[in-house]
Amino acid sequence: MELSTDDIRKVASLARLEFSEQELASFSTQLSRIVAFVEKLNEVDTAGVEEMAHPLDVHSVLRADELQPGLSRESALHNAPSHDDECFLVPPVLGQKSHGSR
Amino acid sequence: MEVPYKIVIGLEVHVQLSTRTKLFCGCSTEFGAAPNTQVCPVCLGQPGALPVMNRSAIDLAIRTGLALNCEIASVTKWDRKNYFYPDLPKGYQISQFDQPICGPGYLEFSDPDQPEQMLRVRLIRAHLEEDAGKSMHDEAAGKSASRIDLNRTGTPLLEIVSEPDLHSPQAAKAYLTELRLLLTYLGVSDCNMQEGSLRADANINLHIDRDGETLATPIVEVKNLNSFRAVERALIYESQRQYDEWQRTGAVLGDAPKRTFGWDDQRGVTIPQREKEESSDYRYFPDPDLVPVHITSEQLEYARSQLGESPSAIRQRLVNEHALKPYDADVIVSQGRGVVDYFDRMIQAGANAKRSSSWIQQEVLRVMNESNQGIEDFCITAEQLSELVLAVDAGDLDTTRAKDVFQYWLQHPGSNVQSAKQALGIKDVDQSEIEALCRELLAENPKIVAQYKEGNTKALGALIGAAKKKNANADPRLVRELSQKIIEAEL
Ligand SMILES: [Zn+2]
Repeated sequence: MELSTDDIRKVASLARLEFSEQELASFSTQLSRIVAFVEKLNEVDTAGVEEMAHPLDVHSVLRADELQPGLSRESALHNAPSHDDECFLVPPVLGQKSHGSR
Repeated sequence: MEVPYKIVIGLEVHVQLSTRTKLFCGCSTEFGAAPNTQVCPVCLGQPGALPVMNRSAIDLAIRTGLALNCEIASVTKWDRKNYFYPDLPKGYQISQFDQPICGPGYLEFSDPDQPEQMLRVRLIRAHLEEDAGKSMHDEAAGKSASRIDLNRTGTPLLEIVSEPDLHSPQAAKAYLTELRLLLTYLGVSDCNMQEGSLRADANINLHIDRDGETLATPIVEVKNLNSFRAVERALIYESQRQYDEWQRTGAVLGDAPKRTFGWDDQRGVTIPQREKEESSDYRYFPDPDLVPVHITSEQLEYARSQLGESPSAIRQRLVNEHALKPYDADVIVSQGRGVVDYFDRMIQAGANAKRSSSWIQQEVLRVMNESNQGIEDFCITAEQLSELVLAVDAGDLDTTRAKDVFQYWLQHPGSNVQSAKQALGIKDVDQSEIEALCRELLAENPKIVAQYKEGNTKALGALIGAAKKKNANADPRLVRELSQKIIEAEL
């Protein structure tokens, strides 16, 4: 499958990445090659093989609903680029978010 | 209100499940903790941290699904929903895309326009997902930074998605009311809207008949509905707004992609939210960190054993077995399982169902509301109140005096009818004493006697007040009965 520069532009924007025209062109060649490589899997005959959601042959790994110690606030905030000892600080978010659970 | 269009509404409801710990880590889900004190590498999205599924969230989701008549999946799996927002540290939300834990189901509730009719809303699915954190924006937006609290990140949510089967804002509110009642009866969520345990988003558009064909307006998703009242108000506003917009622009479904509006409760308007065109491209894919879950028959059995009697089943029982009016049954059931248990215990202790119902509605609920306490904390037991109702039935007390006893019990919990009567100076009156009183009154009031003999049975009412004046312990019912007997014996 050939990926156009528009495809790359869209994927980049979803990942919040900005590329020059030159980069877009080179990524379109590189990503197309990667996709072609993965497409080789289509050659495998999978007739009669059951679909699976996970490569591991295990399922239903569950834990009991019991409290476990977490991190102290100090360590939770420790590596953040910016915090006020209580909360993480991020640049002001403009507009409203618009995804499922809000 | 007659409107020139049909409203079509579907609701997405997010319910926070009552687990102790989060969906994929052992952090507490307790509300109100200091910011960022209930976090760990998993819910902070630290590299290398691995999620492990909470068994209890699965159990609660199955219990809810069964109560909502849903098909329960035999295999369910986890998917990543990718988007960027600062309160989502991983850059994706773990959710369920194509194999949700609960499949199609339905919920029935009484039609607000015709309470004797039931409405049925079909449910598309209910799936588990993790909640995001909380971002707090400074009023002077654009100046200071946003503050992020990740305590809520990873809290288990069940998203219950309905078909667009609701056709009025009132029906949408009624659906949510019944859903919340059911969920609290199931004990799967506290459904506290202030604390965000129950959140609703609505998809709404209009069907307009024009020249023999039906036009549909573009679908709008209304978010930020934080109370049942907000749901109703927002949908009333939005339906009119869509009609006005359609008259102005003529835009129909398909002319524009689905838009998102937020509800501004203060101003009472819906406002379009800014969003990028590709924001709906969530690029779901199976989460490689989590293996699928097979639901066993033991898990289904266990969930079934936890269902208890549903609100609608209790309403039916109160009407069919105890001859309550549907309205009264609904008042009792709407108060929650605690009040239903109180009612059942009164009946068990021998009290009449209708009188128990009115005592609960007029006295118990009044005191509970005034003192803002739950039935669990109410100081008069069901057995005590039953004793009082029986005493009234037996003629030991009239209703007015019984209410005095009730008030006395509120101040002196733990006393019985006898000790309350003593303390209040209520004397047992001998029937012969009352009979003598009635003869005296009838002799003093020949006019009333004459009126009664002419067929005006209501005339006796005037005697009751007079009897009370002579003897405060005289039971009005007994005065009426005995007076009737005396006059009729003379006829
Ligand atoms: Zn955690």
